Amino acid sequence: MASAAQSRIKSISYAKYGYMFIAPFFLVYCFFQIWPLIYTFILSFKGNQSNASAFVGMDNYSTILFGQGSAAGAQATHEEFSRALGNTFILWFGNFIPQILLSLILAVWFTDAKLKLPGKGFFKVVMYMPNIITAASVAALYVNLFGDSQYYFVNATLMNMGMETPIKFVTDPAVSKGMVMFIQTWLWFGNTMIMLMSGILGIAPDLYEAADIDGANSMQQFFNITLPLLQPIMVYTLVTSMIGGLQMFDLPYLYHQGANFSKSLETVAVYIYYNFNKGTVDQANYGYAGAASIIIFAITAVLGSITFYFNRDKDEIAKKKMRKRAEKQQKEKMKRGGGLAI
Amino acid sequence: MSMPGQAGSNDANYQRNIKIKSGLIMAVCILLTLVCLVPIYILIVNSTHTHTELSENPSRFFFGTALGSNLKTLTNKLPADAGKALVRVARQYSGTFALGRGYINSLIIAGCTTGLTVFFSAMTAYGIVVYDFKLKSAAYTFIIGVMMIPVQVSSAGFVRFMYSLGLINNFIPLIVPAIAAPAVIFYMHSYLKSSFPLAIVEAARIDGCSEFRTFLTISIPMMKPAIAVQAIFAFVSNWNNYYTQNMILKNDTMKTIPIMVSNVLAFDKNVDYGVNYLCITLSILPIVIVYFALSKYIVGGVALGGVKE
Repeated sequence: MASAAQSRIKSISYAKYGYMFIAPFFLVYCFFQIWPLIYTFILSFKGNQSNASAFVGMDNYSTILFGQGSAAGAQATHEEFSRALGNTFILWFGNFIPQILLSLILAVWFTDAKLKLPGKGFFKVVMYMPNIITAASVAALYVNLFGDSQYYFVNATLMNMGMETPIKFVTDPAVSKGMVMFIQTWLWFGNTMIMLMSGILGIAPDLYEAADIDGANSMQQFFNITLPLLQPIMVYTLVTSMIGGLQMFDLPYLYHQGANFSKSLETVAVYIYYNFNKGTVDQANYGYAGAASIIIFAITAVLGSITFYFNRDKDEIAKKKMRKRAEKQQKEKMKRGGGLAI
Repeated sequence: MSMPGQAGSNDANYQRNIKIKSGLIMAVCILLTLVCLVPIYILIVNSTHTHTELSENPSRFFFGTALGSNLKTLTNKLPADAGKALVRVARQYSGTFALGRGYINSLIIAGCTTGLTVFFSAMTAYGIVVYDFKLKSAAYTFIIGVMMIPVQVSSAGFVRFMYSLGLINNFIPLIVPAIAAPAVIFYMHSYLKSSFPLAIVEAARIDGCSEFRTFLTISIPMMKPAIAVQAIFAFVSNWNNYYTQNMILKNDTMKTIPIMVSNVLAFDKNVDYGVNYLCITLSILPIVIVYFALSKYIVGGVALGGVKE
């Protein structure tokens, strides 16, 4: 009763402080995020280069999606965008699959109390380390180690061991894609592993004890306990990784030899950046960049709402549990209190 | 009679299986550790060799003696008798990879953004948790909803907008937006929910403490663990942020370490392999040292942070 009165007082007299405390966030967010987003949306309906102020309707969308429209080189623009979209999905898929498999295996091993693994903490620290290194430096490091000719470390080492011709790790379209997938996996597997570990540690240990008593081996335990109960975190990892994959920029943009990014590694983020960052403001293709951004935004919004749905669901379940427990306790109290009174 | 013996041999079998399995897993873990560490090791080794050594045989596994001379080339402090070619190399590198300026610029940006991010995120989360107001749940839903929107999506409009405001070549568009960090607010919010007793706020009110002072002197010290974890992540991600910095900073004197590394990467003449490696080493060294010093908090915080950058 007292708490109800208190909360009523709080809601009457202190509400304005709530608004004051959250105001800076909303002001800054609207100014630096919401308005640029709306502005990008507006730009996507406007022309490119010197035609930037003209309203062109859906032209940019039809150009980059279908190659139609009045602009010169519409077909080439469409081909470049489709290639970028394809590259994005290939690169994401090629790093997500090995990454999640490796992380899952490691997470299961590291959380298995029956195994005797010394130095678990050390392994975790080392495996997470690539994730904190500047992506620009990682790209530079790999370009310098895996350069195309015999003047770079890996090719020189392989040729010392008897290989005939150097492998084109940086300029060959297929090999360089493989390299970017490898580097992405190298960067992220430690992070995913730690996320999955926390998920596994959240599973009630008595389930494993019961399974042990029933004679289930570790494979059976993995497929029948760990994997099903890990599903929410797996979905979360999948969606965040997909959204991260859609923004993949630093590595594909910088993993090249010479002055320009390589076409076989051009992702959508690189496409957007390249189009609005071309030369001076008057040479930039803000229209194409805006339309591509809005398409990515739409994909992200769909993916984001999936995670949102999962997150909200979990909270509500917890709340329901709390409510039920509180009701139960109150009933018990009433019973006891009633007993005492009489 | 046979029962104990059987159990004993089963037990020995079980122990042996565990040992074999642990051994195999150890081998895999050591292999992965090498995959993580060897590139960094080779990088450091190669930055101690001269260009001539590396062009003769780039496959070097042990430290050389040229670290000092590479550093001199990089900082353009060559001895007076240096050859013309070397002088050209030194000018190119010291002009692009200005070590001191790069560190200072990166430090200013990462330091300011970290401070703003943790302070204002703590404040926003505190506002949502402690006070009851009409738009409370709407505000929180909004923050969760926008958490996943990537920067790339609005960057075309952002850059155009910054051009029109005249904020290109300015640290403001890199620092001020840090006030709004939805993912950090989400984290702080769950931290406050789980471990901040609201009765303390009531008690402070009764003692006549103002609302803002309660937040500053009571809540912030209590949120220290959450703030520390988020500060580390904010610092690392802003130090590493190449994308936004490269859009905004066009002026040579304002460039940060990641931009300088990417510019070194684009050299197509007067390349010095040793100095190249040294540049990359110097760009990752501070963050790697900080990481190993604070690894306990970082690895512990990853799972709680929850959002990939």
